[in-house]
Amino acid sequence: MSVLEIKNLTTTYGPVKALDSVDVAVETGQITAVLGANGAGKTSLLRTVSGLVKPTAGTITLDGTDITGKPTESMVHRGMAHVPEGRGVIAELTIEENLRLGMRGAAKRPTDTPAPVRTLDDAYQLFPVLGDRRNAQAHTLSGGERQMLVIARALLARPTLLLLDEPSLGLAPRIVAQIFNLVRALVNDSGLTVLLVEQNARSALSIAHTGVVLNLGKVVVTESAEVLQNDATLRHSYLGF
Amino acid sequence: MSTDITTAVPAPPAGPSAMQRLLGLNLVRSLLVSLGVLVVGVLLLESTDAYTNTQLSSLTYFTIAAIGLTALTGLNGQISLGHGALMAVGAYTTALMLDTDSPLPFPVIALAAIVMTSLVGFVVGIGAARLHGPYLAGATLAFAVALPSVALYFKGTFNGEAGLTVISPRPPEWFVSFIDAVSGEFATSSKYVAYLGLFCLVIALFFALNLGRSKIGRHWRAVRDQEVAAEIAGINLGRTRVQAFVISAAYAGLAGAVMAMVVRLAAPTVFTLVLSLSLLTAVVIGGLGSITGAFIGSAVLVFLPPLVTDLSTDAKLSDTQAAQMSPLIYGIVLVLVMLLAPGGVMGTLSMAWRRRRARRQLTATPTKKG
Amino acid sequence: MQHFINVLLNGITQGIVIAAFALALVLIFRSTRIVNFAQGSQAMFTTYIALTLMNNDFPYWVAFLGALAAGFIIGAVLERVVIRPLEGGMELNIVIATLGLYVAIQALAAILFGSDYKSFSSPVGVQGFQVGDLNLALTPTSIFVICTVGVVVVGLTLLFQKTQLGLTMRAAAFDGEVSRILGVRVSHLLTFGWALAGLVGSVAGILVATGSFIYPSYMESLIAFGFIAAVIGGLDSPIGAVVGGLILGIVNSLVSGYLAPGLVTIGAFVVLIAVLLLKPGGLFSSTQARRV
Repeated sequence: MSVLEIKNLTTTYGPVKALDSVDVAVETGQITAVLGANGAGKTSLLRTVSGLVKPTAGTITLDGTDITGKPTESMVHRGMAHVPEGRGVIAELTIEENLRLGMRGAAKRPTDTPAPVRTLDDAYQLFPVLGDRRNAQAHTLSGGERQMLVIARALLARPTLLLLDEPSLGLAPRIVAQIFNLVRALVNDSGLTVLLVEQNARSALSIAHTGVVLNLGKVVVTESAEVLQNDATLRHSYLGF
Repeated sequence: MSTDITTAVPAPPAGPSAMQRLLGLNLVRSLLVSLGVLVVGVLLLESTDAYTNTQLSSLTYFTIAAIGLTALTGLNGQISLGHGALMAVGAYTTALMLDTDSPLPFPVIALAAIVMTSLVGFVVGIGAARLHGPYLAGATLAFAVALPSVALYFKGTFNGEAGLTVISPRPPEWFVSFIDAVSGEFATSSKYVAYLGLFCLVIALFFALNLGRSKIGRHWRAVRDQEVAAEIAGINLGRTRVQAFVISAAYAGLAGAVMAMVVRLAAPTVFTLVLSLSLLTAVVIGGLGSITGAFIGSAVLVFLPPLVTDLSTDAKLSDTQAAQMSPLIYGIVLVLVMLLAPGGVMGTLSMAWRRRRARRQLTATPTKKG
Repeated sequence: MQHFINVLLNGITQGIVIAAFALALVLIFRSTRIVNFAQGSQAMFTTYIALTLMNNDFPYWVAFLGALAAGFIIGAVLERVVIRPLEGGMELNIVIATLGLYVAIQALAAILFGSDYKSFSSPVGVQGFQVGDLNLALTPTSIFVICTVGVVVVGLTLLFQKTQLGLTMRAAAFDGEVSRILGVRVSHLLTFGWALAGLVGSVAGILVATGSFIYPSYMESLIAFGFIAAVIGGLDSPIGAVVGGLILGIVNSLVSGYLAPGLVTIGAFVVLIAVLLLKPGGLFSSTQARRV
């Protein structure tokens, strides 16, 4: 059963087709990685799914419900949490305030949804560094700490689907590994589904189940992560390693 | 019928004739337009009654100020809520200079008004050059509120609340003969003032037409639209903005000089914030940056209010209420124009024309085969 | 000595009202980057509504609350009908639209309520206190004014810092898109922001009027002063608005008391230019926090 089904999705910015008839299926309890070069349409895909951009054609279905063109504000209540490009830390608010905002998204979620992070304390347990600085303004955090903050913030909304936009951006390899392992652990333990957009294909494929490669807005390859990792031709053509 | 492109080359078109080349010169075109306006103005003044003549006089100074403001806001992108106050500078200068037994000839006085107002405009412009959008609007608003206080504070020179009365100049002999020859009427000093206003308008128009198409005009537009690119191209942002403000102020000064003679008074109550706002309304209705728009908007703001007031009095509203109907209407018009047609009359027309031309070009282009 | 104390007291009383109006401007600027030039007309209009209530034998308190409610509603309506369609468009267009509203509302007030000066009585006395042989420029009305603004400031602070609503409003002001992603209904909050600003503006409008006279353009200088105070404080800082208002009030009073009353508007204009040239962000503008 796919949590998220994207069919024939096309998004245009003026004369430019950012997405061209894209088909993606995100299976429950799995990590689907969307890969490709800069400008391939990865972020446009997440923004369209999230409702920030209206598609010109195609449908998006979440848990069986058509959410194409529905307002962004409603997505969190439907169980979709989006960690946007650039992380989306609200820098002027404190860490705790950022987390509280995340918690608001859980208000309409059914109480029996499996949620690894339900309360602020859960979040602080998961990421002690956030607990230590809970009243500090978010802009004082390092890149890695900000990534932890926005992941915790997203999880507090008790989503069934997590959209992650380039979490590795600007982070040291060690921290990238930490965060990716954390995401994989969350998926394994609690049945969370993740749609991961990444330029760092190697790291992404190390935790993903499925890989979708975009080029110039079109899907060029959809394969299991194993196959993508082991097929040297594919890797060299599309993934840069 | 050969459709081979290489053999079907048409003969090159004949070069432009001397006449066409002459008309192509901006200067000549501007001159013709300005003369045209002069002729139309004379015709209007001589074929209407004294009351309409006064309205036409008001139209002249309002349009001069509007042209200055539309150039500043439309071409250079700076908003000013202080142009009414700048007109006051021109008006008071004129009033003071006419307050002697043998005043200097009008062109000298007008020039003095322009210079004084340009100086004030220079000072304000230096501050304004650093500001954008609401900051600039607020600063010029504060200026408009503050400047009347100067007149009130220096009661000795400026005669406080009551202001300075302006004695209209007596029409010279040659003018009396001219009017007699043209229409057989007697040339009152009001008529002389109306003609002075018309003449100033025509000169102001001529300069404005050349400005828009000149290098200065291009620089202004560059600064308005793409600051960074303009700077990289070597245009000094601050200097261009101050220049725009000064030139715009010069127009306001000239308008103030004419206004002083038409209204025969230079007082704080004449130059309120509402005057600045009605200038802005005229410019917005006409279309920012358009000289034709300045004419249209000024006409609306000079001729519509008395109509509205009359209609309101007929509808049994009190005098105060009737007087307030005009600002009510043009406040609402301002909002509606922004919501529905932000380009004003000229902006909307030019967009429609461009769209029609684009459509015509698309249908006229032959489709390629194969 | 008495003169100096009175100048100071006057400055504080006037400054606190300027602060209240500056707060209304800041409330809107924070969330929408728009300076609402119509704020003064809205406040003037609601004060006339209050006067109408008082003339129909309603007590001052009822009239006061009535004005606040009217301010709230008018603010919300203006945002939905006029501002919402223009948001995201050219800045100049929105400025002009608010100016149009300013002119229209002022004219409407003159038509409905007349242009003559109307007295607006205070619920408390207007006689200055006497301390020993000092005649203080402090009246029960000025104390009422200061306390009311104090209540408003405390109320707003509590709203923003301690409530969920306040949190979402701040979030929406700092980053509208991220807030939407988090499920915050930003557009509703924008309307609420304008409504709240309308309410606060109404408070300023009534406080200026209390114990004095009103006429359609009575808020005109307060609009200029409020804007200047907000700029001094930093257009997006509520604390700045209050501090800026107090500073400007005291400066105005000093100019009036020691130079000449007629020079107050010029003095304020000079202060504005000085701030814009030296510290254009204002005293309290939020530090540009990096977002990565």
